[in-house]
Amino acid sequence: MSNPNPVLSIQGMSHYFGGLKAVSDFSYDVPEGVIYGLIGPNGSGKTTTFNLVTGIYTPTQGKILFEGDDIVGMKPYKIVQKGIARTFQNLRIFSNLTVIDNIRVARHFTTKSGLFSSFLRLPNFMKEQELVMHETMELIKLMHLEPRANDIAKNLPYGELRRLEVARALATKPKLILLDEPAAGMNPKETEDLMNLVRQVRDEFKVTIFLIEHHMKFVTGICERVKVIDFGETIAEGKPEDVVKDVKVLEAYLGRKAVVC
Amino acid sequence: MDKLKLPKFLIAGAIFYVVVQALILTGILNGYFVVIINRALIFVILAATLNLINGVVGQFSLGHMGFAAVGAYVSGTITTLIFKLSPHVFTDNLIFIAAIILGGVGAAVVGFLIGFPSLRLKGDYLAIMTLGFGEIIRTILNNIAYVGGPRGLLGIPKFSGFTIIFVFTFLTMVLLRNLVQSSHGRAMLSIRDNELASELVGVDTTRYKVLGFVIGAFFAGIAGGLLCHLLQIAHPTQYGFYASSILLIMVYAGGMGSMTGSIIAAFSLTFATEGLRVGIDWLRDTVGIPIGTEWTMVIYALLLIFIMLFKTEGFMGMRESKILIIEEKHV
Repeated sequence: MSNPNPVLSIQGMSHYFGGLKAVSDFSYDVPEGVIYGLIGPNGSGKTTTFNLVTGIYTPTQGKILFEGDDIVGMKPYKIVQKGIARTFQNLRIFSNLTVIDNIRVARHFTTKSGLFSSFLRLPNFMKEQELVMHETMELIKLMHLEPRANDIAKNLPYGELRRLEVARALATKPKLILLDEPAAGMNPKETEDLMNLVRQVRDEFKVTIFLIEHHMKFVTGICERVKVIDFGETIAEGKPEDVVKDVKVLEAYLGRKAVVC
Repeated sequence: MDKLKLPKFLIAGAIFYVVVQALILTGILNGYFVVIINRALIFVILAATLNLINGVVGQFSLGHMGFAAVGAYVSGTITTLIFKLSPHVFTDNLIFIAAIILGGVGAAVVGFLIGFPSLRLKGDYLAIMTLGFGEIIRTILNNIAYVGGPRGLLGIPKFSGFTIIFVFTFLTMVLLRNLVQSSHGRAMLSIRDNELASELVGVDTTRYKVLGFVIGAFFAGIAGGLLCHLLQIAHPTQYGFYASSILLIMVYAGGMGSMTGSIIAAFSLTFATEGLRVGIDWLRDTVGIPIGTEWTMVIYALLLIFIMLFKTEGFMGMRESKILIIEEKHV
């Protein structure tokens, strides 16, 4: 299926760590507005793919086009400013800041007040701060974090921190959000809530969602397209219900013998 | 309605100023104590700005006094020169203030030159760079005959009085408070908490590390200018590693990232240093124990070890007094 408007288009991307091939000749498009899942066993190159797209690593070969512009070699913060936000597999929260401040930091680069007006708290600065606060509170409401708004982030339970990270990613006003194992460590009830939340985010913010997940129920329940990788190579791509039946996928997940029997 | 309500920090500052001024005028505080208070106020600037670099941006600078030295020598040289040319100009405080600010600018320029290459590196490199920088500044000043060399820069006109030092300290603290509680300040705090995450919410981390460093250097330069116009001498040894490490102790004892903590620690440690000096003199002269004032450093080293072992977060932790918090409404 070729989409005329892929928001993210990866073309022949490879990445090596020394002699180790982490990602090998990836080419695929993430169409605009879909929930796209990238799955594969441990060490198959999923998080490396995210690190390449967000600019933490620079690919050894290949191109990454975001809305038609090549973003290879751009600094991570520039890529965020262009419209790609992400969450992390192992949470990376600003643990000593309050919930409000965690989200407000992500609005930082969109504010225009310079140092001078911040030093003196001039009217334009005050007005902008009020606007940022308003938008932050909206996100907090969306993520059901109102009672926690003024709490220091390190005092929040795990599930709330996951939601806080999503809110922080949304605050950068992205067009594409990368979710790195959003359901990790969640119970079935929380996973269910998260699925609804991800759909709600996609619909309300008109963003494309690109996620990595191990949790098969989550992937089949939410993703519209899925790509399966193993040892850095693509082994299947398509609709989730077709992909899970693919022999190669079963092999990668369960081992060759299990499939034969 | 709430426009009529005076901000708390303004009231607190006014009360402090009026009380100290009244004590001076009634003669309860003699000149000796006034000098200690002035010194404490200058150390508030130094500790708070080091706290901006170490506690807010989360870097590790060891040579903060080097910036104070730049400020002191720049402003001291300017005022001494003008004073020599035409002494009567010094009826005008403006020249003094301009010299102090130029000293700050000089320190900021040096801060940029040091910070720009070294802040791109991660880890301990900055600590090593700044340690080296502090010593280099000291050595350079020791060898420039024009500013007195090892004898120090002498004959600096006495300009810093309680009022002028108080005004500078107060303004510095207000500006620092406004900075830390703005979107720029939050960008800096996020670097301290998690540099990678900060970069990935769109913060240009290198820029903010350099910015924090340069702002810290600027105000340290101002503090240096105030100090040399108080003591009427700028001497290389005043700005060595010993002095920088006292500042570090102030920051850690007060609490990383807490401006309130830095104010409290700067005051208590400045008074403690005087107290220890008097105490040691008494032990030596009256009791007859053969020790010198260098023993204060032993006590401070023990204090630092104690903080690191038993009260890692310092006196205030990361908390801030209500006086320094800007209240915000949730809309």
